[in-house]
Amino acid sequence: MSGRVKRRIRESTNKSQRGADETPLVKWTLIGVSGLFLFVFLLLPLVNVFAQAFAGGIRAYFAALTNPDTRAAIGLTALTAAICVPVNAAFGVCAAWAVAKFEFRGKALLITLIDLPFSVSPVVAGLIYVVLFGLQGYFGSWLSDHDIRIIFAVPGIVLTTLFVTFPFVARELIPVMQATGNEQEQAAMTLGASGWQTFWRVTLPSVKWGLLYGVILCNARAMGEFGAVSVVSGHITGLTETMPIRVESLFKEYQSTASFAVASLLAVLALATLILKSWFEWRQERQFSSAQIPEPEVVDSSRPGRP
Amino acid sequence: MSIKLQAVSKIFGETLAVDSVGFHVADGELVALLGPSGGGKTTVLRMIAGLEMPTSGDILIRGQRVNDLPVQKRNIGFVFQNYALFKTMSVHDNIAFGLKIKKWRRAERESRIEEMTELFGLGGLGKRYPHQLSGGQRQRVAIARALAPKPNVLLLDEPFGAVDAKIRQELREWLVRLHHDLNVTTVFVTHDQEEAMEVANRIVIFSRGRLEQIGTPREVYEQPANEFVARFIGVMNVLEATVPRGSARAGELEFPASGAPDGTQMRIGFRPYAVAVSNDLALYPYQAILVHTYFLGILLRVEFELPSGLVVRGRMTKEEYAVLGLENGRRVSIQIKAYRILARDDAPLGRELVSPISTPPHIAENI
Repeated sequence: MSGRVKRRIRESTNKSQRGADETPLVKWTLIGVSGLFLFVFLLLPLVNVFAQAFAGGIRAYFAALTNPDTRAAIGLTALTAAICVPVNAAFGVCAAWAVAKFEFRGKALLITLIDLPFSVSPVVAGLIYVVLFGLQGYFGSWLSDHDIRIIFAVPGIVLTTLFVTFPFVARELIPVMQATGNEQEQAAMTLGASGWQTFWRVTLPSVKWGLLYGVILCNARAMGEFGAVSVVSGHITGLTETMPIRVESLFKEYQSTASFAVASLLAVLALATLILKSWFEWRQERQFSSAQIPEPEVVDSSRPGRP
Repeated sequence: MSIKLQAVSKIFGETLAVDSVGFHVADGELVALLGPSGGGKTTVLRMIAGLEMPTSGDILIRGQRVNDLPVQKRNIGFVFQNYALFKTMSVHDNIAFGLKIKKWRRAERESRIEEMTELFGLGGLGKRYPHQLSGGQRQRVAIARALAPKPNVLLLDEPFGAVDAKIRQELREWLVRLHHDLNVTTVFVTHDQEEAMEVANRIVIFSRGRLEQIGTPREVYEQPANEFVARFIGVMNVLEATVPRGSARAGELEFPASGAPDGTQMRIGFRPYAVAVSNDLALYPYQAILVHTYFLGILLRVEFELPSGLVVRGRMTKEEYAVLGLENGRRVSIQIKAYRILARDDAPLGRELVSPISTPPHIAENI
């Protein structure tokens, strides 16, 4: 659906260009201002990250990255993403399926709850878990009695990351599934397919690009999350530091080259995410534009814009 | 395989969508479920398929009660209104889907797909995706997909709704031929009475969830069971009339109404073909002016206005039009040769009555 909305916006801008006839001066001023702004506030800092990272030369760069504590941070980040992304993908498919294909009481509430992590400050997300599982928290004493550590340990980091990243896949899939409708599933059933066969052979392939799109956004956030993780991490070097936290602690220790080296990895991740995202978006849009019937207009009032 | 519905009802929330409907479709028959939208016909089709559960009543396929049989086990072929082709699969894979699910062997599967693509004129399109096909091709793929696993019955929901008029005509003829060749029991839903008349062996007419009439196209046209059917099938002139002195009057037109007390309100209906027209102003009792001519191909639809402003719709061939030397604005005399006194919707309809005023043999007979 996102693709369609975008196409409509594109069409309408075309029209307004033809109709309104702004002077070239206005046009180029607007383009110039936007371009300059993007250059100064986005491109320049990004380039600077790489410049700083390589300030001490290639060797210093790789030395910084192969530092055991940094390697531990990269490993922890990968582990967190490896847990959070599949879990949230599975949850996202379930939730999107429920919302798109069924009518039930509390559906609006469910959609609102899915959005909660977007509206809550990451610090609050972290604190929720401290309040629940910290030493002074509700389950704190029981957990410490059984020698289970959640806060200031890996489980806490995984839990908060799960919380923060959990809307991405669901949010991406709900409009796609709503637009696809369930006639194809019904067709599969009339041909003898069970629910499970229908899901794997019909539903999943038809939402494939939307799902991948959601997954990479989810992955980017899982690897890049700082605020919430910072609250529960405890900043124990080599044990509970993820990459973003490693960046911060190195910076505070005045190891700016090493800090920027790790940051450059995150920047590369961001760029790769952007490229993949555009590719999936394009594929999805193509799938929609080639759809055999004009989809019914899906009014998705709960979603003002793309997160 | 035969299909039988016994007092089937369906309630959605608080709406009675289907109200105690019962009918029988014989083995190999081609039956249309016809009615205005919201009439319950699609719900009936979906209940036969197993996509909806009846609230009460029984559905039998080949004499076996299938109420509790899930859609997957009913062995039906269903063609959706918008075809619902699998967008991510090629034509070949769409047709193969049901066969794979039913675990056909590869060789048999491929030969069946070959057979279907041949039969449906889809040769060479196997690798195409649904979005690369025309409307008519999509529809043929949808029917091929439904028929490939050899279903007991073929069910089609508004099969010609989503294609344009010209292709629609071709597809109708093609469906009749296909049914003739394969002889699979077929039920299709339509809101287009012409389509139903042209394609089906028998027509089941629904309105507001109730079965109004079931019969051959000729039966429902010539002997409509009630006013709804009479008005829904074909074009009908319907006039509000009152009885002043033994005969019902609507504008200038007078119809004998034997026995009806003065002041009775009634509705009079007659088909366009029942309107006799002459350019001899003295031949028929009513004077009228031809106000509109609509060209429908071989037949013309004509509208006559009487001095009181009453408009009567007639029908004639091009040749008759030419012989009578008609054109818009021309004065003619007309007579209503046959009419019906329409009762309330649910009451049975009386026989068609012949106007007692004797008229010479008419030029537009039997249109």
